Amino acid sequence: MSGTAHATKFLDRVDVASLPGDQEARQSALATFFSTGWPDRKHEAWHYTDLNARMRSFADEALVTRTLRPEFPSVDIPRLVFVDGVWDKNLSSDSLNFLRTRGIPEQKAGSSPIVALNAAITLDGADLKISAGQNAGTILLVSVGSADGLAIAPRHRITLEKGSNLTVIEVIRGAGRYLHVPVTEIDVRDGGTLRHFRLQEESQDSVHVATILATIGESAAYETFTLGVGASLARSEFHVTLGGSGADVQINAAQLLTGTQHGDVTTIVAHDAPGCTSRQTVKSVIDGSARGVFQGRIEVARIAQKTDGYQMNQALLLSDSAEIDSKPELEIFADDVKCSHGAAIGALDPEQIFYLRSRGVSEQEARAILIRAFLHEALEPITDDVARPLFEAAIQSWRWGASG
Amino acid sequence: MLEIKGLRASVGAKEILTGIDLTVPDGEIHAVMGPNGAGKSTLSYILSGRDGYEVTGGAVSFDGADLLVMAPEARAAAGIFLAFQYPIELPGVGNANFIRTAVNAVRRARGETEMDTVTFLKEARNAVKALAMPDDMLKRNVNVGFSGGEKKRNEILQMTLLKPKLALLDETDSGLDIDALRIVAGGVNAARGPKFSALVITHYQRLLDYITPDRVHVLAAGRIVRSGGPELAVELEQHGYGGLEAA
Ligand SMILES: Nc1ncnc2c1ncn2[C@@H]1O[C@H](COP(=O)(O)OP(=O)(O)O)[C@@H](O)[C@H]1O
Ligand SMILES: [Mg+2]
Repeated sequence: MSGTAHATKFLDRVDVASLPGDQEARQSALATFFSTGWPDRKHEAWHYTDLNARMRSFADEALVTRTLRPEFPSVDIPRLVFVDGVWDKNLSSDSLNFLRTRGIPEQKAGSSPIVALNAAITLDGADLKISAGQNAGTILLVSVGSADGLAIAPRHRITLEKGSNLTVIEVIRGAGRYLHVPVTEIDVRDGGTLRHFRLQEESQDSVHVATILATIGESAAYETFTLGVGASLARSEFHVTLGGSGADVQINAAQLLTGTQHGDVTTIVAHDAPGCTSRQTVKSVIDGSARGVFQGRIEVARIAQKTDGYQMNQALLLSDSAEIDSKPELEIFADDVKCSHGAAIGALDPEQIFYLRSRGVSEQEARAILIRAFLHEALEPITDDVARPLFEAAIQSWRWGASG
Repeated sequence: MLEIKGLRASVGAKEILTGIDLTVPDGEIHAVMGPNGAGKSTLSYILSGRDGYEVTGGAVSFDGADLLVMAPEARAAAGIFLAFQYPIELPGVGNANFIRTAVNAVRRARGETEMDTVTFLKEARNAVKALAMPDDMLKRNVNVGFSGGEKKRNEILQMTLLKPKLALLDETDSGLDIDALRIVAGGVNAARGPKFSALVITHYQRLLDYITPDRVHVLAAGRIVRSGGPELAVELEQHGYGGLEAA
């Protein structure tokens, strides 16, 4: 079946005409989505991630809702909770002042069919605005997916006015077979700093395709780290525009994949102003017949002199059928730039395993120690004392040694 | 007690050990000397269970058990410790954690209770001090950024804390200055006792000035060509290995 046919079937149950907001915009976004349907390998941006194939099993899914008692990390910070893409007042802290996007996205769909789909069917989302100079501390943003056969499409918006600071810790969980396509619009204005930590622990039966659309102003910074352990197929797609001189972005990610999981990190960083830096490190641990993907594109505009861009793809392949695909792309129109990319892909080092075993450590524990060490380096730059333990706990409880 | 009888081993088509007979009784320290490429490291790897060698003949028993069928971690639990000629770096693994994990793995395998962190750290700090190692040695990642001498001392630190029954020291002396040599030898001498034995592999007689061996063996071209008392080491130092290989 074609990507469009699957999509029609799956989306049949979503009555877009009944949704609130600008109907014209929704219908046009829907048309944009249906011009491709679920993307497959024929679409360049999806060459390594065949979403259509994964969505096939969703086409006939009966819509089942379940009552899920969501569990939250027990941390003492204000939280916003979205269940199946809709704000849940009872589960959220009342201390937080924020608006809701209520299904009205800004027009930032671009060319991504998934962002268009989100625009067509979104119901809700957090709209966080931090005023100039404010240090807004840390917010926990929890997403819970709880219904089989559902398309969950929150649209969040985070705006940092000049010189303000915010840390957002996103925890993404769920149970059941659902599709989660969150879109987050981020605007960090001059001198602001947004730290954005994402812990993706979706249901193992779900499909997760997150899109982050960020614009970073002069001397502003956006630091993001994603740890992905869940979902049958997961893709985190970052579109970051460095729009003011001296802007800085760090996009780091780690993914732990096993069984038949598919994990994709895709980044498009546009250096549109001079003297900006971008740093990206993606680490994948891949077991079973799982597959990891890192596509990283750095675009340097003519005016973006003194650009400093760096990209690194590191993967540990734990089995013979594990796979990683790496696609770095540099598109450079300025002449005074420093851009580099690298990849380090391999298996665990038998010498290191033997060293540990010769000290009495079992082979399985030796492997786990070395994998954790590999991931530990990914966590090293995370100094946030709320986020860090969450990530460490998620790594600790991963299904270690599930296959030899 | 370690008993090696007629041990032959190859890598691929190449025979490296051509028939080794060697017995190390409890409480004794034996030195194994020999030219480069003689097979000294190969012997130490085979005794500790590294993959990649094919034992083509002979037998090795340790305290009566067939050593060659045991996994490396089981050998460690049985009391064998190899100080590597080239210690391995473990980026991202803290040294204290590494050693404590090893100590507790061995204790578990022996049916002993695990050592708690406080007790372990106290013992570890004492050992670090005794080996004149820098204070941050326990905090750093295993062997990462260590100088050659620090790596060798870190092997002895592990030996001290793991308390093996048989230590295989593979050229632990090479690359050490005389002070470090004295300290490392002190670590080995401190372990000496009726329940501790060691196979000290070395190129030079130097180390044996500080660790007096009960026996000295010369390994050349994959077999023991001569054995004797401590005086053999002195003789080798004076005349070299040249004449012995023919013997
Ligand atoms: N993995 C290996 N593959 C091929 N040859 C090896 C291997 N390991 C050792 N050798 C060879 O076996 C011989 C003995 O090596 P080794 O045990 O390291 O000697 P020593 O420690 O006495 O210097 C040398 O000729 C060496 O090149
Ligand atoms: Mg050697």
